[in-house]
Amino acid sequence: MAETLLDVAGLTITPADSGAPVVDGVSLTMAPGERVGLIGESGSGKSLTALSIMGLLPEELSAAGSVTLAGFDGNVLEASERRLARMRSDLVSMVFQEPMSALNPLMRVGDQIAEVLRLHGGVPRAEIPARVRDLLVSVHMPDPDGARFAYPHQLSGGQRQRVMLAIALANSPRLLICDEPTTALDVTVQKHMLDLISERVDAVGAGLLFITHDLAVVAGLCDRVIVMHGGRIVETGSVAEVFTDPQHAYTRGLLASSDLEATDENGRLFTLRTAGEYAGPGGTERSDPLSRFAPPPPGGATDRPVTASARAVVRRAQSAPEGGDPDPLSDPDPLIEVAGVSKLYRSGGLLFRRRRPVQALESIDLSVARGQRLGIVGESGSGKSTLLSILAGLDTPTTGHVRVGDITVESASAADLKTLREHLQIVFQDPFASLDPRMRIADIVAEPLIAKGIGREEREARVEEMLRAVDLEPATMRRYPHQFSGGQRQRISIARALVSRPQILVADEPVSALDVSVRAQVLNLLSDLVDDYALTLVFVSHDLGVVRHLCSDVVVMKDGRIVEAGTTEGVYAHPREEYTRSLIAATPNLAEALAGAR
Amino acid sequence: MSEPNPRDTVATDPAAAAPAVPERRRRRLGAPLLIGGVLVALIVVLALVSFVWTPYDPGAVDPAARLESASPAHPFGTDRFGRDTLTWIMDGARITLLVGVVAVGIALLIGTPIGILAAVFAQYPWGGWIGAAIMRANDILLAFPALLLAIIFAAVYQPGTGPAMAAVGIASIPGFARVARSGTLQVLGSDYVRAARAANRSPGAIAVVHVLPNIAGMVIVQASVTFAIAVLAEAGLSFLGLGTQAPVPSWGRMLQESQQFLTTHPELALWPGLFIALAVLGFNLLGDGLRDRFDPKMEVR
Repeated sequence: MAETLLDVAGLTITPADSGAPVVDGVSLTMAPGERVGLIGESGSGKSLTALSIMGLLPEELSAAGSVTLAGFDGNVLEASERRLARMRSDLVSMVFQEPMSALNPLMRVGDQIAEVLRLHGGVPRAEIPARVRDLLVSVHMPDPDGARFAYPHQLSGGQRQRVMLAIALANSPRLLICDEPTTALDVTVQKHMLDLISERVDAVGAGLLFITHDLAVVAGLCDRVIVMHGGRIVETGSVAEVFTDPQHAYTRGLLASSDLEATDENGRLFTLRTAGEYAGPGGTERSDPLSRFAPPPPGGATDRPVTASARAVVRRAQSAPEGGDPDPLSDPDPLIEVAGVSKLYRSGGLLFRRRRPVQALESIDLSVARGQRLGIVGESGSGKSTLLSILAGLDTPTTGHVRVGDITVESASAADLKTLREHLQIVFQDPFASLDPRMRIADIVAEPLIAKGIGREEREARVEEMLRAVDLEPATMRRYPHQFSGGQRQRISIARALVSRPQILVADEPVSALDVSVRAQVLNLLSDLVDDYALTLVFVSHDLGVVRHLCSDVVVMKDGRIVEAGTTEGVYAHPREEYTRSLIAATPNLAEALAGAR
Repeated sequence: MSEPNPRDTVATDPAAAAPAVPERRRRRLGAPLLIGGVLVALIVVLALVSFVWTPYDPGAVDPAARLESASPAHPFGTDRFGRDTLTWIMDGARITLLVGVVAVGIALLIGTPIGILAAVFAQYPWGGWIGAAIMRANDILLAFPALLLAIIFAAVYQPGTGPAMAAVGIASIPGFARVARSGTLQVLGSDYVRAARAANRSPGAIAVVHVLPNIAGMVIVQASVTFAIAVLAEAGLSFLGLGTQAPVPSWGRMLQESQQFLTTHPELALWPGLFIALAVLGFNLLGDGLRDRFDPKMEVR
């Protein structure tokens, strides 16, 4: 390596009120034009490392070590704010995760791009509008002439991120840092964004430091990866090396648990602990993810997950066109039936202006059999969460009928709603928002029991039993939610949902806010509990891989309509709709990305 | 199988992970909280000590020592009847605190439930108008000047500490109602309340178990700021003769009585003025400090 673009040596970041360093002795180098993926889970220190390269570290943190950049004289960590301001945008730029908060909501996007050109570019004033337009064209903005005058809230998430990229690359920096730029985007948008980043970085000849938790994204985009864990670099090497022959146990665990198609001999996802048996992405020993839904092999393994899943197969939905015949003896009627449900949201307009009502759901028909595991897949705005709220009686449909068991949900009396909620429970997406911060864990989990009027002693016994069932020590009962990690909080949520022994569990993206390694644990747990408690599962997710692993049947939603429904197997193998095909194609796949990279 | 390093074990083993999650980090006491706390404590100590000991009897008149300046015998000097100013300041602290406590108590106990109710009703399609009606009634009260209310009270009843406290308390109700309403709406929109509803908890139980503890911080901040306003209001009303009546010592009335000696003996106005300022500053700083502590946005970091 004749020339280095970036050299970070012994970077250590410590919080001001002392304590352990959050980034510990990180050293890395990048060659000009190189694309490096920086992988790590939350708390690994990957974002702080990026911020210190930009000289943007928060004041409460003190950094030691050195960061040197080609074209910048001296150590970035010790440089004055004046010099750093010149460095940013000219030498290094950054694209952040959340484009809405990174753009000024009160400024037209064209002005925001122009601002960067004026401050740094040395572009003559008269040429700025033309340059802004060129930049918007370069990031493939639809209608670049009109987009200049749009405010950030008028653009979609993907378009905002395009604007961010245009701003970041306006002055052709030598290094572009992207901090989870596609995490907040839908999969189909993510794919376009990744292609665009790749194209633009090549066009301006910049190096790319791409920070993410998603291994598959890195595999398709980067030459080299650096894996961080607990503030340290645990492994570094080329994409092929690291992903096919990981040296560090943590990297191995991360790879194993992010591969939703690989399971161990019990049909469970790999976790950090069981990663030793993982054969690698696309490995020869990889089991067919759908084999779990087939009847148990004669004389083969008869352990719990396989037999239990076989039950689910027998009780497949009638709605599924390709599904096998439902067992007429066990369940003649579906447990949940949704017929022609529509939901209109009318937002109050200002005085005389009537806003157009938003059609969140449009004539949804759906049925779920007892014991079925139904996945609902869709991108943001597809109405999947609204549908769940209606099922749970937390919201009412504008038209249509919803029947759960014997209860007609849309016209349920208070007593009926009470019965419904005893049989149907929800797990929410955000484990940080779904637990009352001022309540102890024991009280949170006990809530459904209190509502049921169960006595104190029995309550405590059942809470304890439930906490054990979700692998939490009952000794932690006296703690408050902030003392738990995201994965643990999600387990507490699951415990609360299941403590009253419901028949139906409705889960709204329960793993999308979790780290990869934790996600595998929670999915395994959920799968076991659904079997143990003989639950009917309705599982909403934007992540096709997760649904594919967990559910026997799937419904694909788009813009408030169901575009495709069927068995998971059928839909994935032979998607009939164009939208489903694009969704499957856009989902990053590690094995395919590696094959493509080679 | 290669053994993961100890960090990995911590991350995956739930039993071991729980103690590894850091306890709530010790938060530093901010300067506003510290100074506010000290000032408030000073006033409270003055009031408490006055019950057991004051340099002189507050009613004791000493014609020989009229309008004296500060001296070892009278550290803050004496007034036109020869009464000890320090004694009056100490005794006056009682009334100041009493008015604050009672006024804030009235406003808090009436305003907070009103605000919570308005927010809870707003959740139901049939209750929207009730919530709106409550808040509009609240707005009418807010538009009514506190001073006017106090004058009416003084006219209807005798002018005195009681009517003054009631007037200030009632005038402060809208503030609490608004704070409680906005906090409640926020809490009611959260996932944990949706989860509680899905768990069949009744609206009343949700209000007590989830809403109250979560808006307590905001209400305490409001109480602290209202306390400062009440102290100021009491001083103002007493100054106008609508509040505490003679012979009970009150800082506001001390200010009023010192008016005629402002040119000759300015220190007579200085002491009560200083203590009113310190009390108001103290409670305001305390409110600011508490706000920093309770602000949910601060917890994210």
